[in-house]
Amino acid sequence: MTPVLQAQGLVKAWGGNRAVDGVSFELAPGEMLALIGPNGAGKSTCFNMLNGQLRPDAGTVRLGGRDITGWAPRAIWRQGVGRTFQVTATFGSLTVLDNVRMALLSHARRLLGLWQPAAGLMTREAEELLERVGMADQADRPCGILAYGDLKRLELAMALANRPRLLLMDEPTAGMAPAGRLALMSQTAAIARAAGIAVLFTEHDMDVVFNHADRVLVLDRGRLVAGGAPAAVRANPLVRQIYLGGMAD
Amino acid sequence: MDLRNPSFRLGRRGLLTGTALGLAAPAMLRAQGTAPIRIGEINSYTAQPAFLGPYRNGWLLAQERVNAEGGIHGRPLETLFRDDAGRPEDAVRIAGELVASERVALLGGGYLSHVGLALGDFALQNKVLYVASEPLTDALVWSKGNHYTFRLRPSTYMQAAMLVEEAAKLPAKRWATIAPNYEYGQSAVRWFKELLAKARPDVEFVGEQFPALGRIDAGATVQALERLRPEGIFNVTFSTDLLNFVRQGNTRGLFENRVVASMLTGEPEYLEPLGEECPDGWIVTGYPRDALNNPVHIALRDAYRARFGELPRCGSIVGYDTALAIATMLRKVGSTDTEAMVAGFKGLRYQTGYGTGEVEFRALDHQATLGAFVGRTRLQGRTGVMVDWRYADGANYLPPDEQVRRWRPQPG
Amino acid sequence: MSRCGAGVRSRADPALDTLVIQALNGLASASSLFLVASGLTVIFGVSRIVNFAHGSFYMLGAYLAWTLVSHGPLAGLGGFWGFWGGILLAALAIGLIGALAEMTILRRIYRAPELFQLLATFALVLVVQDLVLLFWGPDDKFGPRAPLLRGAVEILGLRFPRYELFLIAIGPVMLGLLWLLFHRTRFGILLRAATQDREMVAALGVDQRLLFTGVFFLGSALAGLGGALQLPREAVTIHMDMAIIVQVFVVVVVGGLGSLPGAFLAALLISELHAFGILAFPRITLVLVFLVMAVVLVLRPHGLLGREPEGAPPASEAGQPLPGPAPRWLRGLGWAALALLLALPPFLGEYPLILLADFAALVLFAASLHFIMGPGGMASFGHAAYFGAGAYAAALLARHLAAPMEAGLIAAPFFAGLVGLAFGWFCVRLSGVYSAMLTLAFAQIAWSLAFQWIEVTGGDNGILGVWPSEWARGRLAFWYLSLALCGLGVWLLRRAIHAPFGMALRAQRDSPLRAEAIGIDAFRIRWLAFALAAAAAGVAGSLFAYGKGSVFPSSLDIPRSVDALLMVLLGGVQTLSGPVLGAIAYAGLQEQLARLTDLWRLVLGLVILALVLFFPSGLAGALQRRRGA
Repeated sequence: MTPVLQAQGLVKAWGGNRAVDGVSFELAPGEMLALIGPNGAGKSTCFNMLNGQLRPDAGTVRLGGRDITGWAPRAIWRQGVGRTFQVTATFGSLTVLDNVRMALLSHARRLLGLWQPAAGLMTREAEELLERVGMADQADRPCGILAYGDLKRLELAMALANRPRLLLMDEPTAGMAPAGRLALMSQTAAIARAAGIAVLFTEHDMDVVFNHADRVLVLDRGRLVAGGAPAAVRANPLVRQIYLGGMAD
Repeated sequence: MDLRNPSFRLGRRGLLTGTALGLAAPAMLRAQGTAPIRIGEINSYTAQPAFLGPYRNGWLLAQERVNAEGGIHGRPLETLFRDDAGRPEDAVRIAGELVASERVALLGGGYLSHVGLALGDFALQNKVLYVASEPLTDALVWSKGNHYTFRLRPSTYMQAAMLVEEAAKLPAKRWATIAPNYEYGQSAVRWFKELLAKARPDVEFVGEQFPALGRIDAGATVQALERLRPEGIFNVTFSTDLLNFVRQGNTRGLFENRVVASMLTGEPEYLEPLGEECPDGWIVTGYPRDALNNPVHIALRDAYRARFGELPRCGSIVGYDTALAIATMLRKVGSTDTEAMVAGFKGLRYQTGYGTGEVEFRALDHQATLGAFVGRTRLQGRTGVMVDWRYADGANYLPPDEQVRRWRPQPG
Repeated sequence: MSRCGAGVRSRADPALDTLVIQALNGLASASSLFLVASGLTVIFGVSRIVNFAHGSFYMLGAYLAWTLVSHGPLAGLGGFWGFWGGILLAALAIGLIGALAEMTILRRIYRAPELFQLLATFALVLVVQDLVLLFWGPDDKFGPRAPLLRGAVEILGLRFPRYELFLIAIGPVMLGLLWLLFHRTRFGILLRAATQDREMVAALGVDQRLLFTGVFFLGSALAGLGGALQLPREAVTIHMDMAIIVQVFVVVVVGGLGSLPGAFLAALLISELHAFGILAFPRITLVLVFLVMAVVLVLRPHGLLGREPEGAPPASEAGQPLPGPAPRWLRGLGWAALALLLALPPFLGEYPLILLADFAALVLFAASLHFIMGPGGMASFGHAAYFGAGAYAAALLARHLAAPMEAGLIAAPFFAGLVGLAFGWFCVRLSGVYSAMLTLAFAQIAWSLAFQWIEVTGGDNGILGVWPSEWARGRLAFWYLSLALCGLGVWLLRRAIHAPFGMALRAQRDSPLRAEAIGIDAFRIRWLAFALAAAAAGVAGSLFAYGKGSVFPSSLDIPRSVDALLMVLLGGVQTLSGPVLGAIAYAGLQEQLARLTDLWRLVLGLVILALVLFFPSGLAGALQRRRGA
């Protein structure tokens, strides 16, 4: 089976300092893969090369076998990749429903409509998505006043709008209380499994990682240093040394 | 066929607007008792206050005199002054207000050329008399001239022609020009070149400078002129640009051993702020206020000073003359019917406040034959004055009638 | 040739001496420009306020110095101290006035939406203009020459004023002093920190208010000094403020906002290009600075030495949500107003009809600017370009093809829209003030085209005879035409705002990051919105032209652009009712006041100040708040 995502020898350097140095991995359909590593390990840089925000200095990114290296984020999105951000990014002046509606309208390539009021378009689909993330009751609130956890769920709903085969989630639980984190991740995992969506996420919270990831990759100083099933990674002495040791500080 | 048949107009306009009665119905003035005759005056008061304050004073002085003498057949003159802020579109709007709401009998004013042209076109469209006082552009009476528009001041062409007459007598052959970068400056330069070349086929124009109006980079501009090494310089800059140009030119010796012919510089408006910087020996057009000692002008000067506590400026005379010309016309016509007033202005003669005699509004092109004084500048004490001046009658500095007819759109 | 002596040969060779002197002229102008620009860039860097009043402080500095040097008690001292004391005192006084303006006015509206402070500073401009006229009268003033620096020195056989040499030195000296201030004093270091990150300084527990007042003192004093130092060089006039303000904005933006060395470099570039430009192209004076700005901003979107803001673009403070359907009473009011506008005019006089038609065009003009400013989040300082494009489309068709009004009205939005597409393609790539200034540059280039291409546009004498067709010539018919077209325009804009396109426009404004991540091509959305707004402005412009019967370059000049900006800000950017109310309020006030008093600018300025202080979210915002309360 073709992997959903293939990264091959990704390199990104900032002024001679290689933030990401030859990272290669694959992601199978429906798989939940966690990318972990201490601060400054290159997780975000790596992530941003996958979603098109950064162009790699070397290496390729393939999506379902198709080379998407250097594509713009919006083009990658059109290939069925949804995203959430470390610091939530939503449209503050729109309602929750309209946020999701925007993603749906964009997916349907109906953004240039000048005539029909948006309020009447794709409402049912948007409500369904909100239903899936448990936000239906907040549909009409302006998203500028949402609680942080709700913003995260809204982002998830928006990320699901283009029926993605892959979700890229950068620190999906950052900024949340520990209880909320596990709940959000369980919900995400359930949705992803149900729809057969592969998920790649970075995460600081080891409970989240080891509870939900099918597989874990460990990044340190720009290189992949370990990978495998959560239990194996947790047991890996090298990982304990460079990563968990660092966490202990 | 007469589209201006009063009943026709009354019917159509009355139907549409329910106003304009005062305008539409021609009436003998006497029939109106002592109600004032209203004149709408539009000018760039906030944009050009230095020139237009004295202008309004001059106008008021004339109006007060006319009213003191019993007005126009018993009816006093009343003027509504409005500020167009230097914007032609505002001027047109205000003209609409004055005509429609304030029921003025005619319009006057205008300082900037494009405002004058906009008002002239408004006059044509709305069949209102417009007496332009200040705007200098030739187009106002020639290429864009119309039935309803008259102009008082000597135009760009006339002022340039006056200077050419003097410049042609000089030995200078290499001329450079400097003018503000807009229509007035450009056409002044064009006429000067054309007329001087005709009078003196041996002259040569070696270069030109066109600083943006009000934003001259004087040092660089002076140097750019110096580089051309002209023998004569034709200057059209005025106001702030003139002051900065002269100061830099003086410091850098641009004017030494060179002749300069300069438009309007002899007017007190521009000469007085120059103060001690006033250059010596420039050939200028202007207004030698302090030395113009004919009885009419002395009386006017004294009356003006008594009334406003300062001496008149060129703008004062322009304002005074405009109001006076309008009053003279109204007395002659005895009606505020637009067609009658237009007919009255054609060939109208009035006595200018300069005291140099009669001025005529030519029937040919509606241009008045008011002239200007041509002389030389000299520093006396701490300010410059005009010396060796003479009155150049505007009638002598206009192109041949045939030429004017070709330029001006002819009716029918 | 042989009879030419050596002296003649050297005289006939313009190369070296002229070039050197011209370079020096450029340097002197650059210094003057830099002094004023440095104050503006310092103020912007810290406060993010687009300070229109900076030119007014410059003018006040010159007037005050003139009084002190030639009439005050200091003048009695005469000579060296009389002169230089007066200059320095004037600069300090202007600094205090600037600080005062900050404390009494600007401090109260820091929290208002972006650019709103611009309204207040513009009101100050109006107030100062009339106050200067009241105190000093309309005549230009010549200051005395500077003691010790009168006269000229000879350089390569050409005379060069000593004072200009002094100015050449003062620019770099001032740059050095400012560098020391910013790097060697606590105040300066705090200012620098605040320039980079306002929140951080607040977090450090520094009294921000003191810092802001301090920076206004410094910036205004620099403007005052710049004005005062012009005294021996240029006449002091009531037009100085407007003459300098645009130029220094260009310098500041070309240099990179907040960058002092950038401002210095930009002043140098512009002044030298100007000094040499007029040797080759004397008529380039009108447009040169804007050409330079356009080229620099297209190549370097953050100016010569400006830095891209670090990190993600600031999360724009949550724009207010799109208001839901208006409450019944408000909608009722709207319908009643419309009914009134339809039913009443037959009973009005001609002039009210003229005014109403004017207002209609201005309302559409303001609404079109609001479309890109409000939902789009793009400011424009050059929106008049499209208003003028529409007006000129109508006028050019009438003049060259004798086309009727109907053709002009149809052509106007297309022509203006095309101009919008062309200019917008560059402008919408930039952000914030840079984008706004690029729109200004293009507008000025368009203006100079209208002004200088005399064969086609008639130059500044404009195009006359742009009158409506016979059926619309009556004022009443023209009013209904205006109402129909402008109403239609505003209504279409409103539909667009609520349609997916308008939502996408808001989306890219709220979060460019998220917009990109859900496949929204922000550039394309912004670009099309820009063109759409331009087309709407074009309709307004053509109607305005037919209402006036003539078109002049003033239909696309800076004051017209500023008018649009003021109308939108005055009304409020949040909802479409903002520009509608703002246009009527601004144009109505101006019209009424100008009839009542010669001092209408003073009164208008004070009224705007009052509105700004009492309704910091605009007139429509105030209305909404009342509704919500």
